[in-house]
Amino acid sequence: MSHSQPSVVVRNLTKKFGDFVAVDNLSLDAYPGEIFGFLGPNGSGKSTTIRILCGLLRPTSGSALVEGLDVASDPEAVRQRIGYMSQKFSLYNDLRVGENLRLFAGLYSVSEHDLESRMSWALRMAGLEGREQFPTGSLAVGWKQRLALGCAVLHRPSIVFLDEPTSGVDPVSRRQFWELIQQMAGEGVTVFVTTHYMDEAEYCNRLVLIDRGRIVAMGTPTELKSRYMKGQLLLVECEPLGAALAELQSVSGVLDAAVFGNSLHAVAADVPAAMAEIRKRLAPPRFRLGRVEQIPPRLEDVFVSLTAARRAS
Amino acid sequence: MTWQRIMAMTRKEVIQIRRDPRSLMMIFAMPLIQLLIFGYAVNLDTRHLPLCVYDRENSQMSQDLLKRFQSTSYFDIVRVTGSYPEVLRALDEGTCKLAIVVPAGFSEKLRSGGSVSVQALLDASDSNTASISLGYTQNIIQGYSAQVQVTWLNKRGVHAGAPVLTMQPRTWFNEDLESMANIVPGVVALVMAVVGAFLTSLTVAREWERGTMEQLISTPVGRLEIQIGKLVPYFFIGIADTALCAGMAVWWFKVPFRGSWIVLFGCSMLFLVVVLSLGYYISVTARSQLGASQMAMLATFLPTFLLSGFLFPIDQMPVVVQWITRVLPSRYYVEILRNVFLKGTEIRFIAGNLIALAVIALALITLSTRRFHKRLE
Repeated sequence: MSHSQPSVVVRNLTKKFGDFVAVDNLSLDAYPGEIFGFLGPNGSGKSTTIRILCGLLRPTSGSALVEGLDVASDPEAVRQRIGYMSQKFSLYNDLRVGENLRLFAGLYSVSEHDLESRMSWALRMAGLEGREQFPTGSLAVGWKQRLALGCAVLHRPSIVFLDEPTSGVDPVSRRQFWELIQQMAGEGVTVFVTTHYMDEAEYCNRLVLIDRGRIVAMGTPTELKSRYMKGQLLLVECEPLGAALAELQSVSGVLDAAVFGNSLHAVAADVPAAMAEIRKRLAPPRFRLGRVEQIPPRLEDVFVSLTAARRAS
Repeated sequence: MTWQRIMAMTRKEVIQIRRDPRSLMMIFAMPLIQLLIFGYAVNLDTRHLPLCVYDRENSQMSQDLLKRFQSTSYFDIVRVTGSYPEVLRALDEGTCKLAIVVPAGFSEKLRSGGSVSVQALLDASDSNTASISLGYTQNIIQGYSAQVQVTWLNKRGVHAGAPVLTMQPRTWFNEDLESMANIVPGVVALVMAVVGAFLTSLTVAREWERGTMEQLISTPVGRLEIQIGKLVPYFFIGIADTALCAGMAVWWFKVPFRGSWIVLFGCSMLFLVVVLSLGYYISVTARSQLGASQMAMLATFLPTFLLSGFLFPIDQMPVVVQWITRVLPSRYYVEILRNVFLKGTEIRFIAGNLIALAVIALALITLSTRRFHKRLE
């Protein structure tokens, strides 16, 4: 992938709203066929970055090139080459499914010759075949999102920007949606996608973790997990959870501890020593200790540990 | 600019208008209701003014004079009083707008060739009505006075058949001096301005409010393409409204129509482009539907009502105000409509107005395209 020319080149991109720095000196490259994930909490600058790349916001400084075109100076040329799906559903609810597709086909100048095949392709992809006559407003959220994706890619853009495409969507629809994304990437489309679901991030080829407008980490999911963890990850099952967390944080050799579901995750440099210490400290009668074992880290662990480090500094 | 993108926008707008019963109501009910209300409410004809008389003589001659008041449709004698306090009370109460007092010894003085003063008491709290009724009164009194003079001279053997100088008036274009004929074309202009600007004032603001603008501006559709695509359906609706208003004026209000229908529709189309663009500009500026619709009302209704020459003649206004009216599109349209309806003049007489409208249209289209940015900030 990295042999070809990057389709998106961002250099020192900064966006300020008054005194607030939404995007802070961001640089990255994305390549054709890549699923490029933006991961970060709400308000971290993901949407702002995507909107700048679509020419919807003007950068305060720095540059962004999409297919070699500057988004600030030549936004119209960029718009013809990209597809954008905004965070908030923004198709016309009072139009039917087919009418929305037809509108965007017209706006993207899909030729009369291709219209029929592109529209039926989009309907098939969105799983909305036979529902062309449905009022868009009456669709379930999952279907709305797939229709929005269909409208955004009718003109076969080479780069697609998806801003939180799966928020509010049920798990089954989410998986179907990601299959669509992977299919598009397989055809050589660069897919930018923002999400705050850590499990979705695993589907991405490359990830940037963004926190308060800055890139905290960048790499493949595997790279992030191996490079950015300060130690090994331990799973600790213990009752009661709250008291156990407090106790765990004071154990020497445990660098970091956090609650994950109904168990605890602890980061330790020296695993055998830390495990022995944990067994000793979380002993009855105060605690009922379950499993203590080393587990492979998940992205969420990486993210928590990285942002915690940043907040502490 | 591509035809395909404009058509895509237009098709979408048409579907949205068709599915929105409120906008359909607005399209035909609003002009109809406004036309009826203003057509009837704005009536400058002063007729059937309540009159109170106090005849201190009650002779045949004094009754003769009062009969003249009774026989015109301008006055209705509502009360015959027997004393001054009664006259004053009637004026105070507002039961009459005018009181005529015939003095005692009226006929005697006239027969002897002397002059008599008849007193007219006017309620001038509404100065317009007062001056009109004063005019009517003077006419009646002078007419009577002339007749008395002729009779008196004849009796003395002087042949005086008629007054020496008479005026032979011929009123053109509005023969019966009906203010309705003058007002209704103005009302048509008023309705077209208000409805036209109102319809388009919502279109852009609605997209911002509903969030659909973000998706729309992420596509390559141009600013002018959006504007044209959005205005086209309203342009045709405006033409239908023109037909509705003009039809009502001719067949309901019986305003004479002497011009050509082609000229009427051609000029109205140009005016429509102006008011639709004005509404669009407001919509681009306001970003909220409520704000935009109120601004559209304010920008069209008041100036058209007060400054277009619809009610108050422009050449009677202070010079500064006259200058202001020059940027007012409805001023030109009111004049065009009066010409087409009442005079039926050739198109070259209204060419100046058409040029002015075209200039305003071009300015508004340019302004709104520049004002609209395909960005979210």
